[in-house]
Amino acid sequence: MDTKINFTVNGKSVAVTTDPQRSLLEVLREDLHLTGTKFGCGEGQCRACTVLVNGASQPACLTAVGDVDRQEVVTIEGLASGDQLHPVQAAFLAEGAFQCGYCTAGMIMGVVGALKANPRASAPEVLAQMQRHICRCGSYVKYQTAITRAVTQSGRGRA
Amino acid sequence: MSTKTANARPRTDHGKLEYDEPVERVGYDFGLSRRSFVKVLGAGLLFAAALPALAQRRGGGGGPQLLSARLHLGKDGSITVLAGKVEGGQGARAELTQAAAEELGVPAAQVQMILADTGQVPDDGGTYGSGTSPRTVPLVRRAAAAAKNVLIEFACAQWQVERGTVQMRDGKIHDAAGQRTLSYADLANNDEAATQLAQAVPANVELVAVKDWQVLGTPAPRPNGRDIVTGAHQYPSDIARPGMLYGKILRLPALGARLDSVDLAPAKAMPAVVVVQDDQFVGVAAPNSSLAETALDKIGGTAKWTPVPQPSSQGLFDYLRQNAEGGVPANPFAGELAGQKAVRRTYHVPYIQHAPLEPRAAVAEWSDGKLTVWTGSQNPFAVRGELARAFHLTEDRVRVVIPDFGGGYGGKHTGECAVEAARLAQAAGKPVSLRWTRAEEFTWAYFRPAAVIEAEAGLDAAGKIANWHFVNINSGPGAVETPYAVGKQNSRYVASKPVLRHGSYRALAATANNFAREVFMDELAAAAGAEPLAFRRAHLTDPRLLAVLEKAAQEFDWAGRAQKPDSTLGFGLACGTEKGSFVAACVEVELDRQQNTFKVRRVCQAFECGKILNPANLLSQVQGAIIMGLGAVLREEMEFEDGKILNASFRKYAVPRFNDVPELAIHLVDRPDLPSAGAGETPIIAIAPAVANAVFRATGKSVQALPVRLAGA
Repeated sequence: MDTKINFTVNGKSVAVTTDPQRSLLEVLREDLHLTGTKFGCGEGQCRACTVLVNGASQPACLTAVGDVDRQEVVTIEGLASGDQLHPVQAAFLAEGAFQCGYCTAGMIMGVVGALKANPRASAPEVLAQMQRHICRCGSYVKYQTAITRAVTQSGRGRA
Repeated sequence: MSTKTANARPRTDHGKLEYDEPVERVGYDFGLSRRSFVKVLGAGLLFAAALPALAQRRGGGGGPQLLSARLHLGKDGSITVLAGKVEGGQGARAELTQAAAEELGVPAAQVQMILADTGQVPDDGGTYGSGTSPRTVPLVRRAAAAAKNVLIEFACAQWQVERGTVQMRDGKIHDAAGQRTLSYADLANNDEAATQLAQAVPANVELVAVKDWQVLGTPAPRPNGRDIVTGAHQYPSDIARPGMLYGKILRLPALGARLDSVDLAPAKAMPAVVVVQDDQFVGVAAPNSSLAETALDKIGGTAKWTPVPQPSSQGLFDYLRQNAEGGVPANPFAGELAGQKAVRRTYHVPYIQHAPLEPRAAVAEWSDGKLTVWTGSQNPFAVRGELARAFHLTEDRVRVVIPDFGGGYGGKHTGECAVEAARLAQAAGKPVSLRWTRAEEFTWAYFRPAAVIEAEAGLDAAGKIANWHFVNINSGPGAVETPYAVGKQNSRYVASKPVLRHGSYRALAATANNFAREVFMDELAAAAGAEPLAFRRAHLTDPRLLAVLEKAAQEFDWAGRAQKPDSTLGFGLACGTEKGSFVAACVEVELDRQQNTFKVRRVCQAFECGKILNPANLLSQVQGAIIMGLGAVLREEMEFEDGKILNASFRKYAVPRFNDVPELAIHLVDRPDLPSAGAGETPIIAIAPAVANAVFRATGKSVQALPVRLAGA
């Protein structure tokens, strides 16, 4: 049964009237046309669909849209402010840390989520969280470098 | 619909192969009632003034004859370069942009690169076989250099000066006095001069010498990298069109099964849902994916089907041997082995999957009898051909656009998803997006072929290989010849009856052949009482292969590290050459004797592919190939039974993750004196045998299969 679901996406209020069992991923992509969040497996195994819900990273493919009613969702499209990239985005771009780039949005959201959960996290602590993400191009080495750069900058930002 | 669908074993499309690719295209053929199509011009042609690329000969992959089909100069100063290659993460966009910028004499940022839109670009062939660097980069360079010549001649004519007096600098032609300049925009704004761009690209146009390169040879980033990190880039699965529906295809529960009947009524009763049946093809389209899935579930439950017996992964290798065409060839040197130290081994290499993170996806749209499809494929013009055949269209009524897509690795040479989306869109009268699920990708895409490899060799009294017999059954001839100097050689490939739909892969059969050969070399070295590096040196004459082997061994400190006895560590090396490039790897593995497992701790790889076009991109390719190769040596293997893929998910098919990544030391050997070869494939072929050899040395137990498992594990 269709239900009206109100939530915020990237700071903007949205209302969708739909089956609350549909995945947040599908609603983001098909109803809200936010296609930066990717489908990779549909079962939380690759984390290409990582978004933040109330600041915590989670796979949008396993999140029912009904569960984000009155919650705050941030997607990759909501990270930059204007032309100013989020530091994690900037670090990934500076390192050229992607090949096909299909996993990149999920990776970036995963790192942002890990740093939100623990702003003092070290690079190895963040990397441990990233074990859930798949990069099939095998860009892991450059991702590690980018993550280290992002964590270091995040640390500087606090100081 | 006639012939076969992806639900059945597809018919093969041999005979027109550009290299040793055993591609199996799905032979869709939708028997349409003929309509009178409105004759339309190829949409999307950029250039009113230029001769359309479509008018040019297609199919050879030889690129365009005319400069205007390769390059467009805008009156606003924009420079657009067109190429038929695709970007699936391997770096074609950056390297082709660099190639054009280098020869035009402009910064890379000034060049807009349009790739793989059959309505706009020349047919440069498929993006496979490591072909972009050796073949397409030179074509783009020649066209760009010719365009620069047109600008120089234009400037000389305008200023009435000799050619030797002007200079290209900062993207402009400067006169001798430094008073006057002319740019590509000035050329484009002069209608008469601009007609010179309609000339054929001269065969002998002078190119910028490697020593003078300013853009090529540098670590240029991916031009659309910013759109990747912001999520703005639209992959094929992100394309949206007005009124678009979302499709789902009914897949039968087993490979090879035949659909007998299905009741479409429950789905047809759903509002806004389109249902299509065309013989074996059954699909739905709906305003969103969930609705499409619901509709599909309703009819899927009514489907009656007949299974067709299928071989299972248990017994796969016996099956391939038994079905070897003409039988398994005997060793012609068998009679000579009696007085020699001889070794005989049989190697097994399983089916594996490319598993690109973006599963197959396509958006199809019909308009006035013309079909446009956005999809992720490595072969845009071949997909256009598949669509034209399936729908009985002439190719000029089909346009295939390939947005930069989410990974291919040899796994996306075909257009089945595009054809399926087009059939749904045709029935719906609206654009349809079809995105395969992960399970569909793991089941209905094609696989790297499995192989049985028989190897036998005899050593002479001096411990040198006197005779060499090496037979690949089923997976292909790539790198089947040994690069080592051996007395007599019989290396060959024998086809078998494929069990799963198979096709290309990164380096394709070279992965299996190089694995078997390099592991066998270590067995022979052991039989000869020789050390593996010394044994290879004694049999190597190719200076480029020898050079990477020495480089890897030196950087790894093979002489020191690998000779220290250690009960938990193993050291292995391997080398190989394929498609004009050369690779060697040394690895260290750590055994966990309690768990009976091992971990790859350290990899040192040297790679040489002639002159390096982009060292940053090359490093990514080599790192990625090693990690993809690690997946194949550690875990990857398709399991199937009675036509069902048993591990069609990332839960069960465990691709490499962050914690699989060893310490990687990569040494890119730059050879400015040699032409550039491609590098997307060959860096994968050394890692698996190097790991296997390390395990062999640590355990003393022969390794004869991928993935590598410790005895008893």
